Amino acid sequence: MSDSVLPASVPHDGTDAEARPVFVTERRVLGIPVSTWPSILAPVAIGCLALAAWEAIVRIKGIPSYILPGPLLIAQTLVADWGTLSGALWITLRITFAALIAAVTVGVALAVVFTQSKWLEKSLFPYAVVLQVTPVVSIAPLIIIWVGDINLSLLICAWIVAFFPILSNTILGLNSADHNLVNLFQLYGATRWQTMRYLKLPAALPYFLGGLKISGGLALIGAVVAEFVAGSGGSASGLAYRILEASYQLKIPRMFAALVMISMTGVAIFLATSFVAHLLLRRWHESAVKREN
Amino acid sequence: MSAEPSFAAPASRALVSIRRVSKQFANGTLAVRDVDLDLAQGEFVSLLGPSGCGKSTLLRMIAGLGAPSAGTIDWPTAVHDADGRPQRDLGFVFQDPTLMPWATALANVTMPLVLKRMNRREADERAAEMLALVGLKGFEKAYPRELSGGMKMRVSIARALVTHPSILLMDEPFAALDEITRHRLNDDLLRLWADQRFTAVFVTHSVFESVYLSQRIVVMAARPGRVMADLTVDAAYPRDDLFRTSAEYAHLCRVASETLKKAIAL
Repeated sequence: MSDSVLPASVPHDGTDAEARPVFVTERRVLGIPVSTWPSILAPVAIGCLALAAWEAIVRIKGIPSYILPGPLLIAQTLVADWGTLSGALWITLRITFAALIAAVTVGVALAVVFTQSKWLEKSLFPYAVVLQVTPVVSIAPLIIIWVGDINLSLLICAWIVAFFPILSNTILGLNSADHNLVNLFQLYGATRWQTMRYLKLPAALPYFLGGLKISGGLALIGAVVAEFVAGSGGSASGLAYRILEASYQLKIPRMFAALVMISMTGVAIFLATSFVAHLLLRRWHESAVKREN
Repeated sequence: MSAEPSFAAPASRALVSIRRVSKQFANGTLAVRDVDLDLAQGEFVSLLGPSGCGKSTLLRMIAGLGAPSAGTIDWPTAVHDADGRPQRDLGFVFQDPTLMPWATALANVTMPLVLKRMNRREADERAAEMLALVGLKGFEKAYPRELSGGMKMRVSIARALVTHPSILLMDEPFAALDEITRHRLNDDLLRLWADQRFTAVFVTHSVFESVYLSQRIVVMAARPGRVMADLTVDAAYPRDDLFRTSAEYAHLCRVASETLKKAIAL
């Protein structure tokens, strides 16, 4: 009977193969699709204009650099102080990434455990919320006192801030697997583990990646905030401490330079997590797919 | 074609034997009441009725998704496990294709075999064979969103048949498709049925579809869902476009339509 199967890939044969959605393969310049370029160039142009205006105002009004340094001076400081600042950046980055990894591990593991037992979720989830809504600035001093080791306490602070979006998003994702697919797995006698591995975890991936994008930035913020608290207590570390130190010494351009580094790091983390999300979802998820209409 | 309710299939030949089955939902709705039905090995049965007549609920209970509130569903010929549960050897096709969007067509069809812990290479081979059989050779690596509605449904059918089940349960599988595609899939389904000799249970609210496909039409009525008539469609197979335009088909459709109308009016 296999002689009578429908020809699948013959073009213009009137089968429903003709009704497949149309996808775009776009021309690329420097590896980036043509239609993406405006969304890169527009913010860059606005940024350049704003920096130029800033520099002009500082020069025309003669504002002293200890009140507001111009972007050129900040760039010069960034280059001149690169040695000190990059060392501090490295410390902050290490804490940020360690916190993010811990947030992903604990967040996903807890989410998996919570979806296995409704009671566990009901009894523990409120405390995850409490942890999330307690301002980290207010508990950072306590953590620093209790833990003793400064790097570990910074890590814990950054983790507290970063882990909640991953937990709540992954729970949402694990629970949003297509109900009929869950039934289908049941029909085939799938074990809990098989259902998790082949159905729930893949279904949760887009949600998890959404959480990761938020947590990436939050881990950095958490690390910096905790460093500020630790820094005011006299423990030296990271970029935030450099900012504090510079402000005590009225080295305002250096403060700005450190600030620029933190912002750029945040942007880099966002771009990296977005890129990972794009790679993982581009073949199948609506959010990562381009259509002709 | 006889309009008399008859449960003539002898119990010994029955693949599934449904006795006085009722289903009441937690909110009090009586979805199915006192259904008696025997499904014989290899037959093509349609459950025909208006929406809300419990035909999908009945189908899901046969599949083991949700237990009946009263009555029994027996699988006389099936192997039973240690707890006395029948090892239902079935395939299920939902109203939507219900594919995993993150997996290719091949991986979707492979899934039932993977869940049964079949070795990966053998599973891939069988899945590819099945995809070819439903007319999707060359689309193994396509993701569901790259396929048309009809093609997705074909993948869904391939997935249901890849385990070579003894019974294929279909819940209005072609309701969302255009007529041309639906006719093609009807023809392909009959071809697969003739080839693989599974028992087919097809839920539909289309008189024309049920007459075209089945040997037997179980007409159901709503509120509460119950069986009103059991019609035999004694037109010969293979059925094709010629049958679709024949006077015989028109006549059978009229009889089925009148039975359905009477069932709804009661």
